[in-house]
Amino acid sequence: MQYSEKVMEHFLNPRNVGEIENPDGIGHVGNPVCGDILELYIKVKDNIIIDAKFKTFGCGAAIATSSMVTELVKGKGIEEALKISNKAVAEALGGLPPIKMHCSVLAEDALKSAIDDYLKKQGKNR
Amino acid sequence: MRKVYLDHNATTPTHPEVVKAMLPYYEEVFGNASSIHQFGQQARKAIDKAREKVADFIGAKPEEIVFTSGGTEADNFAIKGVAYANEKKGNHIITSSIEHHAVLNPCKYLEKQGFQVTYIPVDRYGLFNPDEVKKAVTKETILITIMHANNEVGTIEPIAEIGKIVKEKGICLHTDAVQTVEKIPVNVDKLNVDLLSLSGHKIYGPKGIGALYIRKGTRIQPLIQGGHHEKNRRAGTENVPAIVGLGKAIEIAKETMEGESIRLTNLRNKLCSGIGEKIDHVHLNGHPGKRLPNTLNMSFEFIEGESIILSLDMKGIAVSSGSACTSGSLEPSHVLKAMGVDPAIAQGSIRFSLGKDNTEEDINYVLEVLPEIIARLRAMSPLYRK
Repeated sequence: MQYSEKVMEHFLNPRNVGEIENPDGIGHVGNPVCGDILELYIKVKDNIIIDAKFKTFGCGAAIATSSMVTELVKGKGIEEALKISNKAVAEALGGLPPIKMHCSVLAEDALKSAIDDYLKKQGKNR
Repeated sequence: MRKVYLDHNATTPTHPEVVKAMLPYYEEVFGNASSIHQFGQQARKAIDKAREKVADFIGAKPEEIVFTSGGTEADNFAIKGVAYANEKKGNHIITSSIEHHAVLNPCKYLEKQGFQVTYIPVDRYGLFNPDEVKKAVTKETILITIMHANNEVGTIEPIAEIGKIVKEKGICLHTDAVQTVEKIPVNVDKLNVDLLSLSGHKIYGPKGIGALYIRKGTRIQPLIQGGHHEKNRRAGTENVPAIVGLGKAIEIAKETMEGESIRLTNLRNKLCSGIGEKIDHVHLNGHPGKRLPNTLNMSFEFIEGESIILSLDMKGIAVSSGSACTSGSLEPSHVLKAMGVDPAIAQGSIRFSLGKDNTEEDINYVLEVLPEIIARLRAMSPLYRK
């Protein structure tokens, strides 16, 4: 198993680490038994995700996919953000080893969960 | 960048003296040891000499040593060989829950073939209780296979005490001594074992070579059939250079083991106490005292092992982990699980295993870079709240 350069780069210099104060949506997925927990925070203005941050307990791939999904989502509208798939996250990282694809699924789940949380607060549903 | 290799329980660098001893057996003494001519006989002599060295080191007779392709083959041979040779006598095998997969998987295979296997539990230090083995013995028991020391946490098991229990019952006792040979004294009579596996590449010898000690009179079936090699116990043309290399590695170990065991214990303890002083929320995995001199397994709370390995690797430091992400499965280490370690804490486990080339400077370097790495990863973790 080998990581792409892009994965290593995002693992060593992850973008958007941290929490957002008063976020508009929070996604929390995973459990420590399986090895990964991802918390994703979003700030939304006029239906556009203007900021995203994360905190992750997990392996190199989990940290890199968290970093990448926050990068991909920034500046996107809610509808557009919901279309970001785990595959898109993996591809943006130059691919993931097969046994690490579940990390990208976690990133997609965390994003959807954060958006659902936002929509719920708005009284809407996906 | 400084390179610090701390993964000696995975494999060791081949000792330069070992390489030197092996080289003539590729081009000059290349004969097939089964041949009668002098090319073959020279190879035969080299094998005999190596066999004597291996036997002498563990207190065995040369004819009780069978060379194999490594520790895994030795374990497979011992377990399947004894099980099939004794299946008319009984079908019950006893092992522990913290064995290497080279033992666990042959046992699981035999379960599918109709054998019964009991997995003895361990306590939180990774020690099994000999009384549990005694209790597990039935009229059907034909084999007990328990490792001499655990590869992940380094806990040294009370093998000699089982020997006493089973001796009069005629049950075979096998131990996987792949991690103990060269690190602590290993003697087949003191351990009361009938079979013992060892490996070349864990003791500064070459890869692809190991040996199984088989006490005279032990009923065992060969695993590999073919020619009359190794007294009909293991077919296949002998890997002469590797056998010579194993012999040389053992010869070196005989001289260095005592001093190295003290030196490595000191270095390891320095690493352990340094980590304890500089980093909070850390746990030692394994027995505090009954442990291999070179092994230190620690858990760093709130973070995951693979991300620690990758970060250390970027600094030139090689270690391993029992986290799920590094095991190729989604489950953290079966060893830590059997010891009752919280799965979240098991995810953050790191094994440092020291060896002959490690120095105090190496340890200082690890202690210098590790706290930053742990702090960086914890700052990213949703589980860590200051």
